Amino acid sequence: MSSPLPLSQFKRDATRLSADLTHRERLQTAMGKYQASRQPQQAAFHDWQQARQVAAETKWDALNHLDVYLKEFEKNATARGTRVHWASNSEQAREIIVDLLKKHGAKSVIKSKVMTSEEIHLNALLEKLGYSVVESDLGEYIQQLRGEGPYHFVFPCMHLSRAEISDLFTEHLGTATTHDPEELTMIARRVLREKYITADVGFTGANFIVAETGMISITENEGNARLTAALPRVMISLVGIEKVIPRLADLALFLPMLATAGTGQPLTCYNSMYGGPRQPDECDGPEEWHVILLDNHRTRLLADPEQRDALHCIRCGACLNVCPIFKNIGGHSYGTTYQGPIGAVITPHLRGVQDWKHLSSASSLCGACTETCPVKIDLHHHLLQQRRNAVAQKRGGLEGLLWKAFAFCMNQPVIYRTMTKMGRWTRPLHRWIQGSWLDPARAWTRTRELPPLPAETFKDFWRNRKG
Amino acid sequence: MKVTLFVPCFIDLVSPQVGVAMVNLLEKLGHTLEYPEKLTCCGQPPFNSGYWEEARRVARPVLERLQNAEAVVIGSGSCGAMLKKFYPDLFAGQPEAEAAQALSDKCWEFSEFLVNKLGVTSVGAKFPHRVTIHDGCHGLRELNGKQPIRKLLQAVEGLELVEMKEAETCCGFGGTFATKFPMISTAMGEVKCASAAETCAEFMVSNDSSCLLHLRGLMDRTGQSLPTRHVAEILMCS
Repeated sequence: MSSPLPLSQFKRDATRLSADLTHRERLQTAMGKYQASRQPQQAAFHDWQQARQVAAETKWDALNHLDVYLKEFEKNATARGTRVHWASNSEQAREIIVDLLKKHGAKSVIKSKVMTSEEIHLNALLEKLGYSVVESDLGEYIQQLRGEGPYHFVFPCMHLSRAEISDLFTEHLGTATTHDPEELTMIARRVLREKYITADVGFTGANFIVAETGMISITENEGNARLTAALPRVMISLVGIEKVIPRLADLALFLPMLATAGTGQPLTCYNSMYGGPRQPDECDGPEEWHVILLDNHRTRLLADPEQRDALHCIRCGACLNVCPIFKNIGGHSYGTTYQGPIGAVITPHLRGVQDWKHLSSASSLCGACTETCPVKIDLHHHLLQQRRNAVAQKRGGLEGLLWKAFAFCMNQPVIYRTMTKMGRWTRPLHRWIQGSWLDPARAWTRTRELPPLPAETFKDFWRNRKG
Repeated sequence: MKVTLFVPCFIDLVSPQVGVAMVNLLEKLGHTLEYPEKLTCCGQPPFNSGYWEEARRVARPVLERLQNAEAVVIGSGSCGAMLKKFYPDLFAGQPEAEAAQALSDKCWEFSEFLVNKLGVTSVGAKFPHRVTIHDGCHGLRELNGKQPIRKLLQAVEGLELVEMKEAETCCGFGGTFATKFPMISTAMGEVKCASAAETCAEFMVSNDSSCLLHLRGLMDRTGQSLPTRHVAEILMCS
């Protein structure tokens, strides 16, 4: 079965979920809780707006000197025995990973949360090649059991109820029904602890790459990334090149900022920095550590001076959490690795403008995303520019004609006036076709009434007044 | 002061009473008004749809006609943002770039004009009702106009202002978005209307009639009886 085109899939799923009141209620409640915990954390910053400015400038510096900072990272990481690989696209990244697994005779892989691996569809590939792959982040593990991707790139299974998770565990793990979140966590933990010990390779992503020290920084709440990194013999980290920051001290801002914007915490429960494989005088840690720096069309976005600030993104997910579109259609409707406003901005760059341009149209351009973004990405204006770029690349046939006609009519006051008069005359006839396929305003009238047309327009009023 | 009115097409056609209220109020405050009758639309619909060439075609007459105005007052945060914020983007690199910037500097959304330019908050209006505000996104975030409408309403005698939880959440109109993705737009409108209903307000007031047009259409269909008003209409009540 071939999968539907991105636009058809989006329209189908977004339309269905927009009308699903249980789904809406669950999302609105979850995001209400997020807002309630975020606000006090944000208020605890001495000056949040200034913090945003500093973060944006730091990221700006990093991205405009990627060539310098990534090489600095490579040099410093290599000096402590880390192997750094460069992958231009997902094929190269997959090849590097599979070669490493082969070289080490690995059979099983345990993963902490790695969005870049979703980007390159790693799990499907490894499973096809016969490897055992297990997600260790609770939300990701649940999604893996369900056979679907993350619903939200920070909260992967936020769309599920406890009952649904319990049923899932019963089905796959044979456990008894429970709606207690702690007990559900313990069930997953019992399964996962075994996997950490037996896995050959630990696979992680990174929240930041620190050029100055050759380290990566991982923030998490479950401790699963620490175990993934510490226990298996070999550690592989797949990281997007935009994650680089110049200095270790920059984390003093970015770690609390990410926790505040991401989950409404002062800091996440675990913040780890990895600076190399096990050193000769150390008793634990992986024997080998490989860092794969992934481009996968990020440089295409970097080449766009108008929108390159989208690479500032620290993947906090705040723009999803405040987006009224996301809060009604949910994450899977997007059909992308990265959902919400940031997904709508970067996906056309990463995967093709014409296939993904509908995501920029599916926005009211309200700007809540831009307002909340901790690193000041001009998200909603980028959606607007995206629409312009898509049209410049390929005009819509019928839509292009309509806008041409619109521009013509609006520029002729006489035509404008005639059309408003005709509108008023023909309006009484509209009720005969309202809602039917003959109704030109069907997209509006299926759920909304058309406004009554007053007898006198403002222009009439002005003219009569002048006498 | 000589004030030039820019009346958006949807106010002209569907909510002319908003334009009338603006005229009456500004004249009551002693200003001279002119209204360029030949202007129709600001060009936002094609602009927001990505058709910038067509948008420029619609916007050019506006730009030319308003060049010599002293102050341009616009009865909608959305069209206000178009003239003030987006014309400079639309005409960047074009021969009209400078003119677009010059026009931007003298454009005002109606409530912003009263409070920030004229320094007026109390206009002697009376409206003994419970009122909730819908913040139109363009007025709120592009023009940074959260306060003017509140200052104006707070100064109205007898008016009780009660904020809704989702005041700053988009109503789902979004221009062509409302017809390109009608079900998402409708869902967003439902969230807004439910939040407004929670306040038990007697009126929902905004400085953007386009949002109200959407919410009105939705409430008329679902039978929710919460009247909507533009802030100018409230200010003319006595």
